Amino acid sequence: MIAHLPILQVIIPLMAAPLCLLLRHPKLVWLFSLLASGLAFIVSILLLQQVMTSGVISYEFGGWEAPWGIEYRIDKLNAFLLLIISAISTVVLIAAQTSIEKEIPKEKHTLFYVLYLLSLTGMLGIVSTGDAFNVFVFLEISSLSAYALIALGNDRRALWASFQYLIMGTIGATFILIGIGLMYQMTGTLNMEDLSQRLPEVEQTRTVFTAFVFVIVGVCLKLALFPLHLWLPNAYAYAPSIVTAFLAATATKVAIYLLIRFTFTVFGFSFSFATLPLETLFLLLGLVGIFVASSVAIYQKNVKHIFAYSSIAQVGYIIVGLSTGTVMGLTATLLHMFNHALMKGAIFLALGAVVYRLGNIQLSSFHGLGRQMPLTMAAIVVGGLSLIGVPLTVGFISKWYLLTALLEKGWWPVAILILLGSLLAVIYVWRIIEVAYFKAPLVGKTPVKEAPLLFIIPIWTLIIANIYFGIDTRLSVQVAQSAAQSLFGVSP
Amino acid sequence: MILGLLNYWVVVVLMMCGLYIVIAHGNLIKKIVGLAIFQTSVFIFYISMAKVEGGTAPILADGISQYSNPLPHVLILTAIVVGIATTALGLALVVRIKEAYGSIEEEDVQNLDNQTQVDSQQQVTEGDQA
Repeated sequence: MIAHLPILQVIIPLMAAPLCLLLRHPKLVWLFSLLASGLAFIVSILLLQQVMTSGVISYEFGGWEAPWGIEYRIDKLNAFLLLIISAISTVVLIAAQTSIEKEIPKEKHTLFYVLYLLSLTGMLGIVSTGDAFNVFVFLEISSLSAYALIALGNDRRALWASFQYLIMGTIGATFILIGIGLMYQMTGTLNMEDLSQRLPEVEQTRTVFTAFVFVIVGVCLKLALFPLHLWLPNAYAYAPSIVTAFLAATATKVAIYLLIRFTFTVFGFSFSFATLPLETLFLLLGLVGIFVASSVAIYQKNVKHIFAYSSIAQVGYIIVGLSTGTVMGLTATLLHMFNHALMKGAIFLALGAVVYRLGNIQLSSFHGLGRQMPLTMAAIVVGGLSLIGVPLTVGFISKWYLLTALLEKGWWPVAILILLGSLLAVIYVWRIIEVAYFKAPLVGKTPVKEAPLLFIIPIWTLIIANIYFGIDTRLSVQVAQSAAQSLFGVSP
Repeated sequence: MILGLLNYWVVVVLMMCGLYIVIAHGNLIKKIVGLAIFQTSVFIFYISMAKVEGGTAPILADGISQYSNPLPHVLILTAIVVGIATTALGLALVVRIKEAYGSIEEEDVQNLDNQTQVDSQQQVTEGDQA
């Protein structure tokens, strides 16, 4: 059983998805999906434990040895990501049934869970696999189900957003496919470990250079790096709230994982940062992303749009951490991936609760919500503080590590810009707080009640995690640090 | 030079045609067509790369020692399935968009979206005044 953990991680949600179709009864399907996701979560905890104590796990499919057969390779980085994805998925699923009752027509409930589990499968698969072509297949599994999930939104703009995402996402995935093809052409292998050993022999050729550029651009499209972010805001804003919470917390993280995996493991750090000016490129795009996206967020009227643009800005912070090319910077990047998943999961779930009660998510409907839905609004406030990076929240931890990494590099101006970027976050979070707490409820509008318990429990689980990992950083920092060190080949 | 690499030239031309159609055409069906052409060029690329000069189909037989590489073919079978799924989903979305917006032109859809945004803002401001 223990030996088969890597495959169980992916196969449990994959098998559960079609079984949902047989169950049919919405409540039952919900509990069943929750069970599947919960099992995946337990598996990911066991995997992380195993990796932290005994090192890299390699799982060969059907007993075919690694470079010939497909291999699942779990190291610290993968295990960390698997934990993030399966944890967020499980917590979000708790609120799913309540939320989709209001947002999705009843006959589509079963299909919603099927798509959700398939999307989860895809993401877990991308992270687990050690085979470059497998990455493409899982990427498409998760993306195709994500397009369909977004199109379930009850606003017709969801369809248009989903279509745009489909076009951009497919171009991105096909770019990655071209890159993988070129790599295969030069080395004759698809296994990532094997690729990393064979690529240096041919790294001077233009083919490898082209492969690298295709992969980087494709992945950056998927992770919504400015200026390739155009698909994201509408996709997040018009998707059903549960889908937004799930995708915002996990989908971009998986793409960032791919970026790290390709630049650091497959192509190797020295090749990646020497062939392309990744340092300048990521730094500039990251910083511009932070400022442009945060500024745009300030002027949004739809609260989901505010936080969608904030997600693009947060991707900017993650990429800036990556641009330093140091162990410290990479630690900051990994930490922020974990922390951002916690914040955005909580915030978007809380927004889901608001939609459940109000039926819309316009900022102007938030009047007096601070008193009518105290627990939900408090969660949004704490999540917002975490986004800004206030001490005692996880946001502070990742900003702290990011600033340390930047100062270590001697990049003073960048550190100041990062702090200024956080001030922009203060503004957009404040706009929501102002409307919700300091404006009287509109006259003639029936006051709403607090969100149901099935919303409050997952929201506050994530909020408490936000605070807990902001104080007791042992787990997250230790894992992120040792994952970063092993990516640089430094023995911890 | 050109003839020897004919397949690759075809790939490049198809790829650029596909991308151009996706970007330049406002009709959503044409966008899907462009996307399909773009993906197909990658399939041809993989299949061309598998060809070994003088090699035959990878079937064991007496007197033959050189075979083409079958792996890219298998990979591309998977990619074709993915491509079909993408096209199907894209077309399904176009059907739904047609039902919801009454048009499959990008421009119309975007105009209607902007209109909805203005409308909802007006409603909200009217609500404020009331």
